[in-house]
Amino acid sequence: MTVTAATGLSDLRSFLHGLPGVDKVGVEARAAALATRSVKTTSKASAIDLAIRMVDLTTLEGADTPGKVRALCAKGIRPDPADPSCPPVAAICVYPAMAPVAAAALAGSGVHLASVATAFPSGQAPLEVRLADTREAVAAGADEIDMVISRGAFLAGDYRRVFEEIVAVKEAAGAAHLKVILETGELATYDNVRRASWLAMLAGADFIKTSTGKVAVNATLPVTLVMLEAVRDFRDRHGRQVGVKPAGGIKTTKDAIKYLVMINETVGDDWLHPDWFRFGASSLLNDLLMQRTKLTTGHYAGPDYFTLD
Amino acid sequence: MPKTAKAAEPTRLSVRKTYKLYIGGAFPRSESGRTYVVNGDNVALASRKDARDAVLAARAAQPKWAGATAYNRGQVLYRVAEMVEGRRAEFTTLGVPAAEVDATIDRLVWYAGWSDKIAQVAGGANPVAGPFFNISAPEPTGVVAIVAPPSLLGLVSVVAPAVVTGNTVVVLAADPQVAVTLAEVLATSDVPGGVVNILTGRYAETAPWLASHADVNGLDLTGVEHAELAAELERAAAGTLKRVLRPGLGGTDFTADPGLRPMTAFLETKTVWHPKGH
Repeated sequence: MTVTAATGLSDLRSFLHGLPGVDKVGVEARAAALATRSVKTTSKASAIDLAIRMVDLTTLEGADTPGKVRALCAKGIRPDPADPSCPPVAAICVYPAMAPVAAAALAGSGVHLASVATAFPSGQAPLEVRLADTREAVAAGADEIDMVISRGAFLAGDYRRVFEEIVAVKEAAGAAHLKVILETGELATYDNVRRASWLAMLAGADFIKTSTGKVAVNATLPVTLVMLEAVRDFRDRHGRQVGVKPAGGIKTTKDAIKYLVMINETVGDDWLHPDWFRFGASSLLNDLLMQRTKLTTGHYAGPDYFTLD
Repeated sequence: MPKTAKAAEPTRLSVRKTYKLYIGGAFPRSESGRTYVVNGDNVALASRKDARDAVLAARAAQPKWAGATAYNRGQVLYRVAEMVEGRRAEFTTLGVPAAEVDATIDRLVWYAGWSDKIAQVAGGANPVAGPFFNISAPEPTGVVAIVAPPSLLGLVSVVAPAVVTGNTVVVLAADPQVAVTLAEVLATSDVPGGVVNILTGRYAETAPWLASHADVNGLDLTGVEHAELAAELERAAAGTLKRVLRPGLGGTDFTADPGLRPMTAFLETKTVWHPKGH
């Protein structure tokens, strides 16, 4: 389906509601089965390095200061100062107010700068305010924008409005990559996750992202599986590849490797790259570094040897 | 018609106990699924990953245990002594002499009493040449890995001094049935989960992982019999600057007065300078 200005709400709705339903029990069993794979030794080492390269190292707190953001940027560029072979993270993710500080700290490093925008995390602000938020972030140097959809409008069935808002933010973001946060913890059903994924992709999203990390339920394996299937089917039908970013609640290396296994088994190699898959996380990085240190030194690592974010 | 013989009374099969690990307040089997037989009982054979999990549990429990009041830690230890008293029969069935159970209970009560006194003895106010109060206070080292000696009294004599000051411990037990029975005592004595973790099996297999573990702060080698292995473990511990208590240094005769050394071995001294007003 291609959506144009002429596409009516009813067409959009009948398309989204015409998507096959998600088998809840099936998708949960499949995700649980894929989570049992054992990844060891050299495979584990390369999985850890890949996961580090996929991390969007995030700080989204009211208490963020320029100093904390600069420290986070330094950590993102060189996560393990004791080991130069440790790769940098994919991006640093901050609030728009902190984007200028982060842009200066990241200049020339190759690490992307992602900024949440559009009245993150609720999205409950007038569209003009959200667009201005986006433009500010891009002007400050963000090359990736993480926007939130209006869950209220989506749940009320006003798909057209959600669609148009994404299109407007995409336009405001210009050349910056647009990640669309579906906030799956508030969408209630897997069917809604599938519909929201398609809606975001049809509207031009470069990435679809599970969560803000600010609600009770964040990224889960089954939700990510539904989204991975959506980007795979979307590419089959439209020939455009869209990335996926689970965010929130992914804290351990074990969790991260489960996601990598799932990508490999459902959408394949094409998505096993930081350009197409990201982890929105903060504490995950330290666990990855600890596991990496365990593999290189042969003894268990402790949190005392890594920076507190 | 001849009377049919009455069906034989079914013989009851006794339920045999598997001695399992004690990690984070729970009694899991070894993640490796391995067991070994000791005196006819199945005992879980701990692996390096069980040791890793035990360190995580000990680390998680440590701040709250160290933050509890000394008085409270003493009360908990006293409670352990009471519960050992209640399990006297079980220990003697396992071959622990009654006199040793008595000594164990007395040892627990002795350490319980030290909980709110060690700070005065191991710390104090220092006279300094300046307008300052200068105070030294002992603080727990953190997570301590212990290779325990055999015997109930030996086990309690290494665990109690480490935990009474606020450390949490991972114990590699020598005498599995006795150690797990003590774990059952601890689990019902208000000792928070994770403060004492007990692993059964071959310490030569698990101790090196604890000695080199970067999140373990102290290593008590009292139960290591081979001087060579003890030296090797001490070398591994040096990589992360752990405090090490060498075999013999904590005393070998557990019936003797232990003195303060077992407690001070895993204490750090924090010294504070505070300006004196006029």
